[in-house]
Amino acid sequence: MRTLIFKTAAPYLASLMILFSIFVLLRGHNEPGGGFIGGLIAASAFAIYGIANGVAPVRRAMHFHPMSVAAAGLLMSTISGLVSVFAGVPFMTGLWGSIYFLGEKIKISSILFFDIGVYLVVVGAIASIALALEERERE
Amino acid sequence: MEAWMAVVVGALFSVSIYLMLSKHIIRILIGAAILGNAVNLLIFTNGRLTREVPPIIGADESILSAQAANPLPQALVLTAIVIAFSFFAFLLVLGYRAYQELGSDNTDEMRVAEPVDDQTPPLGY
Amino acid sequence: MAGSSEAQIDLTPAMNLEPVALLDWLIVAPVAWCILVGTILLMVRKNTARHHFIAIPAMGVQVLITGALLAQIVINGPTTMVMGRWLPPFGIAFTVDILGAVLAFVAAVVALACTIYGVRDVNSSGRRYGFYSFFFLLMAGVSGAFLTGDIFNLYVWFEVLLIASFGLLILGSEKGQLDGATKYAFLNLVATTLFLIATAYLYGIFGTLNMADIALKIAQSDGTLPLNTVAGLFVLAFIMKAAAFPVNFWLPASYHTPRVVVSALFAGLLTKVGVYAILRVYTMLFSLQREALEPTVNIDALSFAVAIVACLTMVLGSVGALAQTNVRRLLGFLVVSGIGVMLMGVAIGTEAALGGTVFYALHSILVMTALYIAAGMAAKMCGGAEDMTKIRGIYQKNTLLAAITLMLFFAVAGLPPFSGFWPKLMLVKASIEGAPWWAPFSILLTGFLTTIAVGRVWALSYWKPADEGSEDKNEKTELAVTDLVPLVGLTIIVVGIGLFPQTVFELAYQSAEQLVNPTAYIESVFGSEVVE
Repeated sequence: MRTLIFKTAAPYLASLMILFSIFVLLRGHNEPGGGFIGGLIAASAFAIYGIANGVAPVRRAMHFHPMSVAAAGLLMSTISGLVSVFAGVPFMTGLWGSIYFLGEKIKISSILFFDIGVYLVVVGAIASIALALEERERE
Repeated sequence: MEAWMAVVVGALFSVSIYLMLSKHIIRILIGAAILGNAVNLLIFTNGRLTREVPPIIGADESILSAQAANPLPQALVLTAIVIAFSFFAFLLVLGYRAYQELGSDNTDEMRVAEPVDDQTPPLGY
Repeated sequence: MAGSSEAQIDLTPAMNLEPVALLDWLIVAPVAWCILVGTILLMVRKNTARHHFIAIPAMGVQVLITGALLAQIVINGPTTMVMGRWLPPFGIAFTVDILGAVLAFVAAVVALACTIYGVRDVNSSGRRYGFYSFFFLLMAGVSGAFLTGDIFNLYVWFEVLLIASFGLLILGSEKGQLDGATKYAFLNLVATTLFLIATAYLYGIFGTLNMADIALKIAQSDGTLPLNTVAGLFVLAFIMKAAAFPVNFWLPASYHTPRVVVSALFAGLLTKVGVYAILRVYTMLFSLQREALEPTVNIDALSFAVAIVACLTMVLGSVGALAQTNVRRLLGFLVVSGIGVMLMGVAIGTEAALGGTVFYALHSILVMTALYIAAGMAAKMCGGAEDMTKIRGIYQKNTLLAAITLMLFFAVAGLPPFSGFWPKLMLVKASIEGAPWWAPFSILLTGFLTTIAVGRVWALSYWKPADEGSEDKNEKTELAVTDLVPLVGLTIIVVGIGLFPQTVFELAYQSAEQLVNPTAYIESVFGSEVVE
């Protein structure tokens, strides 16, 4: 798939998809969307970039190994479930707080961090499988 | 509605079982994917079908006002889809690697772990 | 969900607003701890030389956590924690009774042994691939399956342990491993999908997935529910997971291909999770009905089928073991044969029989893991050969290893005074009382055939010196400490249970009592006012 058009378009397409995936992730806080679907979109972005420019640039762009990203996500989700021990409520209970940012009240919850964890798990796991498959095709 | 869904589920099951009876990994793989979808539909049907009434509690209410769709099967199906998807991805890579290493996707010819010319153990000391 | 700042809505009908005791956190601690350690190990997996410095203490902590949980359950009875403050049956409940707690504890002990043995058995490429992280994720799945009280959640933990087991199975990507893993993966996928189908029907019938809630609803029903169909599906799915005849063929096809430590862990834990699930589901669906029946006539059609499957599994498993030359494949057949013995207890279903099954499961976890480790060490002494005609003169090379292996062989065959004797005694006694003549007969026949199979291995590979003139000089071989510690530790437990079985007897009978009469289990979920 090394056509000039695709190769030129792929970086823009991939960055747009990643941006959109973060939008979907944050939108999932109160509306349809969320970590899983956002993670899938981001993983497809990496896959497209990999098809266009080869796997090595993607691995460089991700900086961390995909499996480490997935592990960090799982760790984050588990910890956001565990923090409820300090509030005296059962495992995985949502805890809510709010911060003021630029005069705007923003609600932050442990659920949000759980969802970001899910996002990272999906990005890492799916990207590592997709990259593994793309690498083999070229051998 | 449920009866028609039962027919669809049955058809999907028979297709997937037919595919899984094959000796070739790739067909078994497609059969497994269809099986996953059949089960998802089955869960969905088992939760009773309701059309176009999302189970959303309005801003000024504290309980559901009307008879709405059952949200639990949707959650179960979502979980099952995620699991089936990751399984499928893994099995795809595994089947491909096995094909590369063993040179065949016919399960009858995959005899590295259980060799055909297996000896019987000695009968005396 | 409303925030706590706007709590004008009355939440008491939906949520449990009472604070949770810190001790209750022990229920989720085994799972959460394993996931935490597993993810941290996955993130530092490039640093392979330090993995075991994290893994061994972490697994030690896991043993302590599950031990504390077991003590807590024995003292206070079954305990429940419902995720996210929702009232049962709406939230996902983790409900632990003695059965789940004792299995989780023994699983952690065995896993600790495997973690130590893995120090030398898994090289740095296997570690970079993520051996220890997959190991901990597998333990998270196993502990979750033992501790959960929700049937869909049980399915999820099955999948977690399955995915982790795939990773462990293909750790070296050798030809044989890929071959074995392909069969293992596809057949286990079918089994878990069958489990999901059964769960879907269960949900369609009861509208709930909480096991305690289902047991309650069955007790209140008029007896017209299609329980046998659902139970049949569940049993088919779980005997596939547990590798019972006629769906056992994936186990001997795959268990001898991965590294020894992986085989040891799989043989100890994975099939027992299947047996645990059968015990749990069977008693959930039938316990309150069975109570009314006489103990001698309660073999219904489904239990009769399970009894037949059990007999065929144990006898054909030991016959299969007789026909093998590869020691690890032979052990795979012995795992299958043990599953048959456990299923017999499930089929009979009396308190004594279920107690025998629980005891046998505990014994089998310990002994099978120890045996795989011992076989791996013997193979390593003979240059990696696993064929019983090629392993020679272990007795001359290392008397301690030969002696330990002989004890383990006696234990797996069910000879006194080792741990295998007592559960077999319980099961033979229960099957004489509550099943046709062929049930006790096949248990005894299995013991006889197993003795022949393992006796031949010991005579040929351990006792007989290497042939004169071969390169093998029967020289003394020392064993590494990290190899010896787990094996000796497990053997001490096996012999200890054989000599002083009283504590395990009590635990097994208490867990069987809770299975037969799940009132305490249900009360721990819903509070005492629900069950009259």
